[in-house]
Amino acid sequence: MNAGLEQIKQEIISGAEEIRSSKEAYEFRKKFLDGKTGKIGLLMREMKNIPPEQRADYGKGVNELKEWALGYLSEIDSRMKAKELQERYESEKIDISLPAVETQQGNLHPITLIRNQLIDIFAGMGFEIYEGTEIETDYYNFTALNTPQDHPARDMQDTFYLSPEFLLRTQTSAGQIHVMENKKPPIKILSPGKVFRSDDDATHSPMFTQMEGLVVDKGITLCDLQGMLDVFVKKIYGEDTKTRLRPSYFPFTEPSVEVDCSCFECGGKGCKLCKGTGWIEILGAGIVNNKVLENCGIDPDEYSGFAFGIGIERTAMLKYGINNIKLLFESDLRVLKQIND
Amino acid sequence: MITPLSWLKEYVDIDVTPKELQEKLFSCGFEVEELYEVGKDISKVVVGKVLTCEPIPDTHLHVCQVDCGTHGQFQICCGADNVAAGGKFPVALVGATVYATAKDHKTVEGVMTIGKGKLRGYESCGMLCSGVELGVSENMYPGADYNGLLVLPEDAEIGADVKPMLGLDDWIFDIAITANRPDCQSIFGIAREVAAVLEKELKMPDVSYTETDADLPGFTVTVDCPDLCPRYSAHYVTDVTIGESPLWMKRRLALVGIDAISNVVDITNYILKELGQPMHAFDLATLEGNAIHVRRAKKGEPITTLDGQDLTLTDANMVICDGVKPVALAGVMGGLNSEIRETTNAVLFESAKFARDNIRRTSRALGKRSDSSARYEKGVDEYATVMALKRALHLIEELGCGKVSRMHVDVNTGNSVEPRKVSVSMKKVNDCLGIVVPNDAILKIMKNLSLAPTIDGDTLTLSVPAYREDIVTYQDVAEEVIRMYGYDHVVPAFMPSAQVTLGGLSLAQKCELKLKNALCSVGAYEGVHYSFFSPTDLDLLRFPEDAVERRAIRIMNPISEELSLMRTTLAASMVNAIVRNQKKGNLEGRIFEIGNVFIPYELPLTRYPDEKARLCVGIFGEKESFYTMKGIAETIADTLHVSFTYEAMKNTFLHPYQTARVLCEGVEVGYFGKLAYDIAQECDLRTPVYLLEMDLKVLSRWYGKKPVFTPLPKFPEEQRDLALVVPREVTCGEIETVMKDACKYISSISLFDIYEGEQVAADKKSMAFTVVFTPKEEAFGAESVDAFVKKILKQLNKNYGVELRS
Repeated sequence: MNAGLEQIKQEIISGAEEIRSSKEAYEFRKKFLDGKTGKIGLLMREMKNIPPEQRADYGKGVNELKEWALGYLSEIDSRMKAKELQERYESEKIDISLPAVETQQGNLHPITLIRNQLIDIFAGMGFEIYEGTEIETDYYNFTALNTPQDHPARDMQDTFYLSPEFLLRTQTSAGQIHVMENKKPPIKILSPGKVFRSDDDATHSPMFTQMEGLVVDKGITLCDLQGMLDVFVKKIYGEDTKTRLRPSYFPFTEPSVEVDCSCFECGGKGCKLCKGTGWIEILGAGIVNNKVLENCGIDPDEYSGFAFGIGIERTAMLKYGINNIKLLFESDLRVLKQIND
Repeated sequence: MITPLSWLKEYVDIDVTPKELQEKLFSCGFEVEELYEVGKDISKVVVGKVLTCEPIPDTHLHVCQVDCGTHGQFQICCGADNVAAGGKFPVALVGATVYATAKDHKTVEGVMTIGKGKLRGYESCGMLCSGVELGVSENMYPGADYNGLLVLPEDAEIGADVKPMLGLDDWIFDIAITANRPDCQSIFGIAREVAAVLEKELKMPDVSYTETDADLPGFTVTVDCPDLCPRYSAHYVTDVTIGESPLWMKRRLALVGIDAISNVVDITNYILKELGQPMHAFDLATLEGNAIHVRRAKKGEPITTLDGQDLTLTDANMVICDGVKPVALAGVMGGLNSEIRETTNAVLFESAKFARDNIRRTSRALGKRSDSSARYEKGVDEYATVMALKRALHLIEELGCGKVSRMHVDVNTGNSVEPRKVSVSMKKVNDCLGIVVPNDAILKIMKNLSLAPTIDGDTLTLSVPAYREDIVTYQDVAEEVIRMYGYDHVVPAFMPSAQVTLGGLSLAQKCELKLKNALCSVGAYEGVHYSFFSPTDLDLLRFPEDAVERRAIRIMNPISEELSLMRTTLAASMVNAIVRNQKKGNLEGRIFEIGNVFIPYELPLTRYPDEKARLCVGIFGEKESFYTMKGIAETIADTLHVSFTYEAMKNTFLHPYQTARVLCEGVEVGYFGKLAYDIAQECDLRTPVYLLEMDLKVLSRWYGKKPVFTPLPKFPEEQRDLALVVPREVTCGEIETVMKDACKYISSISLFDIYEGEQVAADKKSMAFTVVFTPKEEAFGAESVDAFVKKILKQLNKNYGVELRS
């Protein structure tokens, strides 16, 4: 090898030992390998001064040196970069136990969450969503629902009156009548909304949310009610949940039932949540009373139906373990932030 | 309905455990809300005989050796004054539970467990008990109220559990009765159901009696208001001796929470519980004019009820009068002037049916409730009305406290107490249930319910007793069948004969949900607030007298004044929610609500008001500003694919210069701004609050707008940053408008810096914009964008004296 080339090689080897950073590596590499000004580049320009018979050897030598230098220096460069990366990581050591930066994401109210879940389930079964008005007439809230003025069932609910005729609906069932007056069977509606009763204590709020379901069609029976409730309960509380019907009374359904589901906390063995019974009361339902159908101009000899009413707050409280209904209406962010289902 | 098991057993042979009976009742529609043993808190208390009883010197105590039979013999110290050798008393053994009493030895303060103790150096292994300590009253066991030991009979078996002999082994069922079954508001009514569900014979209460020749010639009963009093029957009883009732009656009344008063009064109370019929007994000597007259009260008519309260009546109330004066507030309470006294020697029993609604209204209007009114409010049937009077007369005879006369008066409106025939189609019954219940099962159920069924082809004919007013249609029969046959026979089906329906949310419902999700994504939490608010909320927000918000619909019977108006704005509830949060230490946050406001067309309401959904957002905290709220408004616009414009505005509860009216295509949709400082101060708010309210009914006209795709520019866009010196009063909006008007190629303008201070003149501000120019027909030439900028600057300078910042 040409002595000049060897000298450069030695120069590279000894100089490289001084390199301490990738930046120095870059500068060092430039010093030798820059096309125009680098020492190896300049060697190529020397070609014209080399006797022709030596040119091939010389060229080969320079190229070999260049190849070697490229490899040698890029190896140093990689080493420097790896070292620097490591140093950077070291310098960015943090205390991972410091508190998180809060994300800007709110969430829906538990009532809306449950409402949405129920709507998803029932909309898939062909239910339309109908929202009636919160202010209703005595007729739609009571009389048309087979609860005339003198009816004992009126005592079951303490009603807020706005005038002798207008009141705050005590039940979303009021919406049933509007739907049935305006639509002929087949009817499948789900009617969520706020309802009001003059009750105010630890377990009662003067305003709460119900979701009423109504099906009117040919040949609807109690078995259909049971079948639909089975599907609903499994979807909301889990596949293993069972339902149980037991007799109850509502003026607008006959027969009327209270529906319990097997306790999703203990699976029916009995626990604190179900008060040891293994069952949890979740909704009221029944076969639509013929008088209600007649009040809406639907022929009970041709059509029959079932209705059910679910208390949304109760469902939310059960599902999320919320212990006081009042918490749902206070917008306390300490509460709202917890339920991000 | 409080029902003692021992009383039920008078009418039905019950051979199942209390727990099993509870389950049976539950399955047929009677939920036992509470089931407990009368002596549930008492255990390990036995009969003991005091063998020796020596006084402990210088105390009121005695040390006794007590024989407790198989349990052993114990030394017990006792402070009662009636402890004596040879006597038999209840002994609470070590480990026993009894009631702990206060120093008065009468007030129960809880349950205690007996342990070994030492009194004045004497070991005491157990306790001799009083009646109170065992939860027994005089009415349940004679001598129980004595302030000392309960004395047990000489023949009591030493060592035996005292609970059976004191009646503490009885069970109480607290049964929920649904509104359609007023006939079960009595022990006998429950017994009928128990007999049916256990398939046992029902034993009827004895209603036999012997009429004597005693009479009240010429006594009349008239009813002026048969609509309010469909039946009124009365019977005269003479030779009455007022005295104590027998123990069995006092005990039963005590078990259902009624104090014994005197035999005649006790009989009326007993029948109220036994048969569910309120009865009244008048002292005949106080009745004038030889007559009973049932009529509406006169306006302003006074009456003093037997609890000594003076009431003033209206014509909505009903009174029972003698020939001269009112003697009872019908169905609610007797008059003081005719009450039974110790001297009473002749009685007129009343058994009547009063309209439930009338009694309910009277009771509520006058604030006067009694066991009688509570019972009438649920509805009584004439079957019981007739039976009760007979039963009362029987009990007079049985108790030997009077002679039944032959004077019986009965005014009725012709309602029969005989069973009604009801015929229904068996097919319809089964179609309603969706299963086929075998004929013989139906027959058996109906027979057990005393409905005397017959089946002829498809027709089931029942003979329905008068007390079952709820059985009329095939649906009613279906309910009776299935509640007795068992709901576990119902087979789940999925509407095999129903038609397919399309379900789902309406457009408005979808958009509301979308808005809610969008607001969540900007860090807001959804709140739900009451639909009503307080008149003080209107004052808080400083609404002027003539503001539409003040024309709120009033609730006639609100829970409180604070919850008495239907909301006309959501802002007040939001402010209150933020105040609550700040009080709890939440000083920053974002809350939104979608809820209705109620705007009446006229007051009082004669038609449905305008009930419309609004959206309210409240944000608070040092990080919030007018512009963060504006960002939320923009998010709302983006969600609905519309654009909003903003105008400065003022309202009574927001900052005069930090409030904007929001418009969509020129239509006002809402407002937002900073809460006024005086309100913030009044509410002790510690961080700034911003409110936004939008009318979703107005916004709903843009619901369903789809995003429109604009093809990407064919030619490269150019971007320029312009730093301008602008007079302070010129708004960003004004600058943008001039720019856009000056050049049609501007596709976006965004302010990225604003500066006021030393670097610029005092009346100026520096504003820096990024302006994007998008070519349309052809690519921009080399100089064209510079020319646009020049033109823009020229126009800005002309309009507002704006200069390019050097």
